[in-house]
Amino acid sequence: MTTVKELGTYADNTWCPGCGNFSILTSIKKVLAGLKDGGFDLSRVAMVSGIGCHAKIVDYIDVNSFYSIHGRVPPAMTGIKLANPDLVVIGHSGDGDAYGEGVEHLIFSAKRNINMTYFIHNNRVYGLTTGQFTPTSPPGFKGRSTPLGSPEAPMNPIELMLSAGATFVARGFSGKIKHLQDVMLAAINHKGFAFVDVLQPCFTFFNTYDFYKDRVYELEGEGHVTSDRTAAFEKAGEWTYGEGDRIPVGIFYQVEKPTYDETLLRGRVPVKLKLKDIRPVLDKHV
Amino acid sequence: MKELSILIGGKAGDGIRQAGQTISILLNRLGYRIFFYDDYPSLIRGGHNFSIIRASEKPIAAHKENVDLIVALNQDAVEKHQNRLNPGGMILYDSDHVEAEGVGIHLNEIVKGLEGKPIMRNTAAIGGLAKALDIEWAVVEDVMKDTVEKEIELNLKIAQTAYNKVEEPFFALQKLEQNMLPLISGNEAISLGAVQAGLNMYIAYPMTPASAILHYLAAHEDDLGVVTVHPESEIGVILMALGAAYAGARTMVGTSGGGFALMTEALSLSGQGEFPVVFVMAQRPGPSTGVPTYTMQGDLLFVVHAGHGEFSKVVVAPGDAEEAFYLTGLAMNLAWKFHIPTFVLSDKHLSESIFSFDADLDKVQPEDALLWDGKGEYKRYLDTKDGISPLAFPGNPAATVKSTSYEHDEYGITTEEPEQIARMQKKRLRKREGLLAELAKNEQVKIYGNPESKTVLLCWGSTKGACVEVAEELGLKVVQPLVLEPLPIEELKQALSGSDKIIDVEVNATGQLAKLISSHGVCVDDMILRFDARPFTVDVLLDRVKEVLS
Repeated sequence: MTTVKELGTYADNTWCPGCGNFSILTSIKKVLAGLKDGGFDLSRVAMVSGIGCHAKIVDYIDVNSFYSIHGRVPPAMTGIKLANPDLVVIGHSGDGDAYGEGVEHLIFSAKRNINMTYFIHNNRVYGLTTGQFTPTSPPGFKGRSTPLGSPEAPMNPIELMLSAGATFVARGFSGKIKHLQDVMLAAINHKGFAFVDVLQPCFTFFNTYDFYKDRVYELEGEGHVTSDRTAAFEKAGEWTYGEGDRIPVGIFYQVEKPTYDETLLRGRVPVKLKLKDIRPVLDKHV
Repeated sequence: MKELSILIGGKAGDGIRQAGQTISILLNRLGYRIFFYDDYPSLIRGGHNFSIIRASEKPIAAHKENVDLIVALNQDAVEKHQNRLNPGGMILYDSDHVEAEGVGIHLNEIVKGLEGKPIMRNTAAIGGLAKALDIEWAVVEDVMKDTVEKEIELNLKIAQTAYNKVEEPFFALQKLEQNMLPLISGNEAISLGAVQAGLNMYIAYPMTPASAILHYLAAHEDDLGVVTVHPESEIGVILMALGAAYAGARTMVGTSGGGFALMTEALSLSGQGEFPVVFVMAQRPGPSTGVPTYTMQGDLLFVVHAGHGEFSKVVVAPGDAEEAFYLTGLAMNLAWKFHIPTFVLSDKHLSESIFSFDADLDKVQPEDALLWDGKGEYKRYLDTKDGISPLAFPGNPAATVKSTSYEHDEYGITTEEPEQIARMQKKRLRKREGLLAELAKNEQVKIYGNPESKTVLLCWGSTKGACVEVAEELGLKVVQPLVLEPLPIEELKQALSGSDKIIDVEVNATGQLAKLISSHGVCVDDMILRFDARPFTVDVLLDRVKEVLS
């Protein structure tokens, strides 16, 4: 059995004590360990992160990684997947990263249904820049850039992803580790663009742990049909990232559709393409 | 010198560029060397477009302001250009739409009579022109069959009818005993140079004047063995390219100034993460949207200095199709040898003009990057003597490949330790020594004209074609640096040594090459700048140089 420890690195972990990122790190390591024990070669994994507290995850896990720049996780993932579709590409972003700076890339990844998995560490606050509001902060959120309260309504990324065409849309909670691992594994196993919004507290700037603990419930026990898009929207609207009594977690929506990488590549593998003679093409120019 | 210049003009939608290209092929089949210039505003219908086809017995890389023949499909083509006609010149026009002195043919009537589409007036014009130039019908027929994609029989009928309407040829164009060369645009030469150096993926968002690279490679994906991608934005483009390079694909991106501005944050990522990538930066006039479909050399200093932080890059500036082919190949090989970003700096005038292409294709070969030998633990940023860390790619069971935008240790883990930071910065910058040595194996500064002349025309990129002809006419010397970063300053100084007058010729408003070399202690004596978004033509530049010399 592969242990979580074996998948670690020598890097010192610098997340705050109690940070939701620890659970996410442990969960992804457990999922990968399970895949490895099932015979999957982890050298086929390429993990991409953005900038922010979440992004340090690639320093803490011993797999291939591309530590990208703020907001630019999906296009780096896309480039990796298109260059070598044999790789299993997993992205991690924060909410500022995925829903703010890089939201265009998020939408296009869903629109294209590229076969890759994207986990958003959504603590609904900027941690590494010390406490400003993000696209999913609740209405009126008092951050350092909004001392009078956020003037914006929060974005609902679940609805956004359903609209944009994602074929796997889920939410997890860092305080429900076993459930989170199940969702993560299902996301990685999904063929197509798999999106998981992971709710996590930021113990230093926005501690939502108790808020979530009291409200989160698993969709899996509610008879939710994941292939039903209307039902998925209904569930997505149940909590809109503000107040609320019930917060569903689990798989909102999952269907299979042709993937971008398969359609675009037509079986070609760019990293294995052989050089062609340009003369026949040039001859047509005479 | 046997040569001929033809201007064909009409409104957008008249198929002017297409007709101009067909005329170029006709003249190519007669053994002439071709330069084709296309002038068009940024719109799809209306306006005024024109192309100039210059044919010469010797290689050329520029056109002339003055022409021997005007083919007018609209009145503008006469009004705007008749003052360009050389003595003895002639206007061939559609007498259904245009009033002029010259040879009128009822092009519109011919097309209508044969139930063709309005755009087929360009076919009729080609037919009439061919007869005017005394080109055998069989040659016209062959060329049409090779170039017309739809309704070939109808097009042939239209062309032949117009051909027969011209009673007497008025230029007896002699067939030359020279081999025919492929006619390709600068963008096509860039594309083929990249392919020859092992390009796997071309990623771009449409932007004039770089778009044609995307179109060309997309149309020839399977012939050339390349995958093309058109992402959501230039930021998407460059990040995809870096991701693809990380996975091991040889990747190129192409854009113009505004798109490149969006890419600069990630350019710096390629510096920190040591991702090999080739940028084609095809300039157009700025600032901002500027003049989208015209030309300028206004982004030299922007490109040379682009990216936050300190890291190595290479900038090459081809001046014709052969140089575009060789230097793009070089840019690709250098990117992969040194794991750095490299640039092919083009402009509208090089990218979209068409040249007779006479390159030694075998001069460009893909050179293998240094790969990890599989021994011990893989470290992506291994601190080596020459600063080059061997490459491994994800998917290699023996390696964990960690690339990063953060400062990092050899393994690729983030660091903020002062010794590590300084060590890695030194490692990256150490690659410059090897880079300079590698560049020195190539021709970095070209000299043309009279090497003994004490008067030098200093130029770069697409301005070279006009400079060379002016220098030959006046007995001057031309110096053209092909590499602009790292600037080959010793070679440049040597090429300029012994001169008593250096005239800097650039298509921009501030003399950016002059500014660049002045930081190395080389000063120019005069500047001839053009910044009305048009390239230098041979005759206009000749007058400007004479003015400076008088």
